Amino acid sequence: MNLEQIINFLSTYDQEDIKIMEVCGTHTASIFKNGIRSLLSPKIKLISGPGCPVCVTPSSYIDKAIEWSQKPDCVLVTFGDMMKVPGTTKSLSEAKAEGANVKLMYSPQEVINDAIETPQKTYIIACVGFETTTPTYALIIEQLENKKINNVKLLTALRRVLPALEYICETDTEIDGFIAPGHVSTVLGSEIYYKVAKKYKRPFAVAGFEAEHVLLAIFDLVKQVINMKHEVHNLYPSVVKPEGNIVAINYIDKYFDIKPAYWRGIGVIPDSGLFLKQPFRCYDAGSDVLPSENEEMLTKCRCGEVILGKITPPECSMFSKICTPQNAKGPCMVSSEGTCGIWYRFSKENG
Amino acid sequence: MCVAIPGLVVETDGIVGKVDFQGNILNVNMAIVDAKIGDYVLVHAGCAIEVVSKSRAEEIAQIFAELESIYNES
Ligand code: SF4
Repeated sequence: MNLEQIINFLSTYDQEDIKIMEVCGTHTASIFKNGIRSLLSPKIKLISGPGCPVCVTPSSYIDKAIEWSQKPDCVLVTFGDMMKVPGTTKSLSEAKAEGANVKLMYSPQEVINDAIETPQKTYIIACVGFETTTPTYALIIEQLENKKINNVKLLTALRRVLPALEYICETDTEIDGFIAPGHVSTVLGSEIYYKVAKKYKRPFAVAGFEAEHVLLAIFDLVKQVINMKHEVHNLYPSVVKPEGNIVAINYIDKYFDIKPAYWRGIGVIPDSGLFLKQPFRCYDAGSDVLPSENEEMLTKCRCGEVILGKITPPECSMFSKICTPQNAKGPCMVSSEGTCGIWYRFSKENG
Repeated sequence: MCVAIPGLVVETDGIVGKVDFQGNILNVNMAIVDAKIGDYVLVHAGCAIEVVSKSRAEEIAQIFAELESIYNES
């Protein structure tokens, strides 16, 4: 068996329609970059999933971050991805243009050094991410404790991927199988999908991000669906162990509690949020912000449906007309892992 | 946001280290991995999250081997 045979199988497949969800935005980008859709039979559909943490961060969170950035002696530190995400009235980058104190980081680690050097300022780290990123923030809290640093706080919007997948399985019966997010799986392990695979009878393939990885995962899932199997296969063994990175998992458990959390465009998903545990709440910058009831109604952005795989971006009437990366109406357009932004970039590149 | 890239460990004391990403050497937190100098680690947001245990070629060969039986199913 070789790659050619796999591609041949996938391009000539002619049985029941199969829908496969790639959960992670980095997979979505890889699928576009490598032209994978053009290698598949029209009977195999790839649907983008909820794996873009920036896209599901509520606008009230952005508002809160902006509020901090406008306080005297406060610096809001963030990854670049968050800058253009619209809040209720503006984005962080608009706030910065108006003079707010917003600073970009390569790693949260550098904030510790800044905080030690400039004790008169308070640093608020915008902590957005899934389980891949959460251990990094646990390590930050540990250092704040050990070094007795009290001018750093965390504004968290940390989410767990698995409850979102369960939510999709509960509400959407059309997805036949999942390409599991590679780097979330690096931290949590491939075994975490067993329960969902069994309960909802859906196969999972944990995959890396190269073209071969993705093609082999699609092949595996199509074969499993045809043969009515729902197993979890780890196709990224170089960095994913069945049990995950136990040290990282223990760090998450030590510093974070599991609670219900709000996903922009979707609503509250049980057990899907990670919030600082009680003894460490002193480092929290007010992360429990709940969205105002109608915050999502204000725009006609359909990110929620895009994230759940119910529509593709061009089905949103604003896509590429009113909504572009330069003037985004929703978070899915601004993030490098957002489905709308990826579709926009590649449709421009390929005419 | 979950993008992670592999790099070569050139220095580490088990807590912090220096990792070479194709000539760019960056400080990386090493606390949650068991990595030695010469290992490749997968780095996300300035933090090594796992040691890369095999090369890409080895990995792809292994996946092909595992999927062989699936390929031969009807
Ligand atoms: S195209 Fe823009 S407005 Fe439409 S769903 Fe995507 S981000 Fe929202």
